[in-house]
Amino acid sequence: MSLLGEDPSAMVLPPLIEARSARAPRAAAATLPNGLDTMVVRRPTVPMVEVRLHIPLPMANSRTAAAAIARGSLMSSSMLFGTAQRDQRQLANDLAAVGADLAVSADADRLLFSTAVLRTGLSTVLDLLAEILTSASYPSAEVVAERDRLGQRIAMALTQPGVVARMARSRRLFGDHPYAHTMPDPSMVAELDAGTLRRSHRDRARPYGATLVVVGDVQPATVAKQASSAFADWVGPARGSRVLTLPDFEPGGITLVDRPGAVQSNIRIGGAAVGRRDPAYAALKLANLIFGGYFSSRLTENLRERNGFTYSPHSGVDNAAAGSTFIVDADVATEVTARAVHETWYELGRMALAPVTQDELDLARRYALGTLALSTATQAGLASTLTSLVGQGLSASWLADHQKAVAGVTIADVQEAARRYFAVSSLATVVVGDATVVEDSLRSLAVIRNPE
Amino acid sequence: MPVRVPTLPAHPLHRLTLDNGLRVVLAPDSTAPVVAVAVYYDVGMRSEPLGRTGFAHLFEHVMFQGSAQLPKLEHARQVQGSGGIFNGSTHLDYTNYFEVLPAGALERALFCEADRMAAPLLTQETIDNQIDVVKEEIRVNVLNRPYGAFPWLQLPEVLFDSFANTHNGYGDFVDLESATAEDAAAFFDSYYAPGNAVLAVGGDFDVEQVTQWVERYFAGVPARTTPQRPPFAEPALAEDRHAEVVDPLAVTPALAIGWRVPDPVGDFEGFLPYVVLSELMSDSDASRLEQRLIHRDHLALYQAMYLGLFGDPFDARDATALMFQAHHGQDVSAGQVLAAVEEELKSVAEEGVGETELARVQARIAAQLLRQADPVLGRIQGFAAGELIHGRAEFATELPGRLAQVDAGSVAAAASALGTQHRAVLELVPGARA
Repeated sequence: MSLLGEDPSAMVLPPLIEARSARAPRAAAATLPNGLDTMVVRRPTVPMVEVRLHIPLPMANSRTAAAAIARGSLMSSSMLFGTAQRDQRQLANDLAAVGADLAVSADADRLLFSTAVLRTGLSTVLDLLAEILTSASYPSAEVVAERDRLGQRIAMALTQPGVVARMARSRRLFGDHPYAHTMPDPSMVAELDAGTLRRSHRDRARPYGATLVVVGDVQPATVAKQASSAFADWVGPARGSRVLTLPDFEPGGITLVDRPGAVQSNIRIGGAAVGRRDPAYAALKLANLIFGGYFSSRLTENLRERNGFTYSPHSGVDNAAAGSTFIVDADVATEVTARAVHETWYELGRMALAPVTQDELDLARRYALGTLALSTATQAGLASTLTSLVGQGLSASWLADHQKAVAGVTIADVQEAARRYFAVSSLATVVVGDATVVEDSLRSLAVIRNPE
Repeated sequence: MPVRVPTLPAHPLHRLTLDNGLRVVLAPDSTAPVVAVAVYYDVGMRSEPLGRTGFAHLFEHVMFQGSAQLPKLEHARQVQGSGGIFNGSTHLDYTNYFEVLPAGALERALFCEADRMAAPLLTQETIDNQIDVVKEEIRVNVLNRPYGAFPWLQLPEVLFDSFANTHNGYGDFVDLESATAEDAAAFFDSYYAPGNAVLAVGGDFDVEQVTQWVERYFAGVPARTTPQRPPFAEPALAEDRHAEVVDPLAVTPALAIGWRVPDPVGDFEGFLPYVVLSELMSDSDASRLEQRLIHRDHLALYQAMYLGLFGDPFDARDATALMFQAHHGQDVSAGQVLAAVEEELKSVAEEGVGETELARVQARIAAQLLRQADPVLGRIQGFAAGELIHGRAEFATELPGRLAQVDAGSVAAAASALGTQHRAVLELVPGARA
């Protein structure tokens, strides 16, 4: 034993020291003449810049939803195939030359452009983004090839049990709402052509309501100038935002999706939740942590650390434009499927019926506040956090408000949130697994429903 | 006109070695009130003995099952209850444990890491529990999904020969199920000695204060003999190799190719051009293989070429590999994809790389390294791996400059060397119907 060291068995756990707290980031916000909002944060930790462009999409209705998802999917994967000035290769070369790798994605709520770029290349990326938005060319031959690839990628995704389970839960929860469609329908993708994508692009890629988020080694005033010059020619009429409220669903029972031969079952539970604007949101977030939202949760202790049923059980609150959803995920060994569902329901019931302890609440609260600071301490983390807030029409100031709200949550608040949102009788349960093995035992717990 | 590539602001490094052999790297940086702690043990999947496949990873799980002063679940509670996050991971040549926390929790994190370095709780009950958990991890990542762990789990069997380099690092269930508390104690004793580990701390702290804490908590961990590490290098392949594996859950085929590459430590100079080559070939939409396989010839749905089984060129010693994988449609043969990849390598070898293209690739490499170095955890993981694998924490700081000096001629020479040696090909044959 060293002279300098002490006998570890004689040491006590060191105290936590109140460090200087992380200040909630302040974003320079502005609106350009074309209606594009900008949100810029100087964060010069490395000579890089994170860029996100969030364009809200008009929400489809139950009739048009499937087609809209298919179109959005092919549009986003074909958008970088060239512009009026550049072909696919030139565009890719010019982005790479400044260290960028632009990704485009679409879902029912928004189109999202995302890249990191060397500090010295920000204006190039903004110019190229504007060029794509105003003149993406969707060359026919390339679109046809991509359509074929997308069809095959969807077929591959449909063999992933996690994808199948997510789709089944979404259909169960969202019925004929656009959110029921988590994957494009391959037959609808197959019918698309370049002309449709061009029209769709003109109609959807509009500046009003869109937000450019820039975080990194920049001066906000310079970015404002670069953005207003880059996006000056991107214009289009404003459009009222329309959000379809999430529908009610019929809770109870277990939807069983047969996956013959599966060596695991994917348990997926879902229900209503409140979103970031709701006064009960902070309490719901803490209730979620205590239940299954982090490693030190009841669900992990039970399913993983006590029973060894699963590797990574998890619960969370999904925030989308039309509403928020409480979800629970666990992939468990086939032979313990019903027991795992039962234990999960038991833990949900325990949350809904009995108060959590002060220790549980304090632990969850410190975790929530600490990780909020960690997630905004990096350029990429902050850019993604701000973009996610933008998706619900919130600004950076929400972060400081949320910190305050989390600090004030009581045991009673947590119990009220759990009573309202974790009651098993108000949730939908979906299991993807080998029906011949798991169906009988699941029937001991609840009525078995066919997939929607 | 090539863009001027900015470089990383220099962070000062402080190093010390405790009497028990523990190497310590301190990287203070006060830009955010956040700290990160990482402990790297010099043992990975390659050190597992015959009959104990998957043991390094299982042991990583067990290290979270409590220690002398912290009962089961308490490690997670201490870190998360301090507002922090944690994890661990098992690699070919090392196993790491790390936390990121608000700065005020640093002393507590050091206490937790020291406590399990001194005396993890190795009971049969917790080992049995974690065997179950690891089996579910393997089911979710390998057995219950198509393309599970392809190709890192399957290609080494074709590309290498020794047990160390070819065995299943996730573990055969038979081996996992027979693991005992005695095995764990012996494994801990051999490989988890302080002299076999590197501790790295980064973020917002005072160096003198942290030096005191490190000595206070870690110096008491008794020194033990450090194991002799056998070489894992293998001679070059004597012929091309080819194998097929049927994936009963896959609906479309996939292809993997592996080439031996120079020793990433002993022949670092010779290894670096392969890093640039893999980026030139495969990174981003502008790369040679993305252009050829996706955009021009429509041969593949997805392609990736990278160094190291897990895509990190610098986290493994010799032997390591240049890897390629692609998913392609049923209407395309693996041979077509293979021929196109070889043609593209040949074109680099024979026609070389132009200045503009090389500058573009260098810009992408610089951007990726800078982005990795933004989170304090990313920085100290670079330092810890640099210290452990390359013998110098400064390795991570110097790497961007070294890569930026790789010239077009050496990239072409690397491509040319690949063309003259033998490679291993593995075809994944779909066994399911769409």
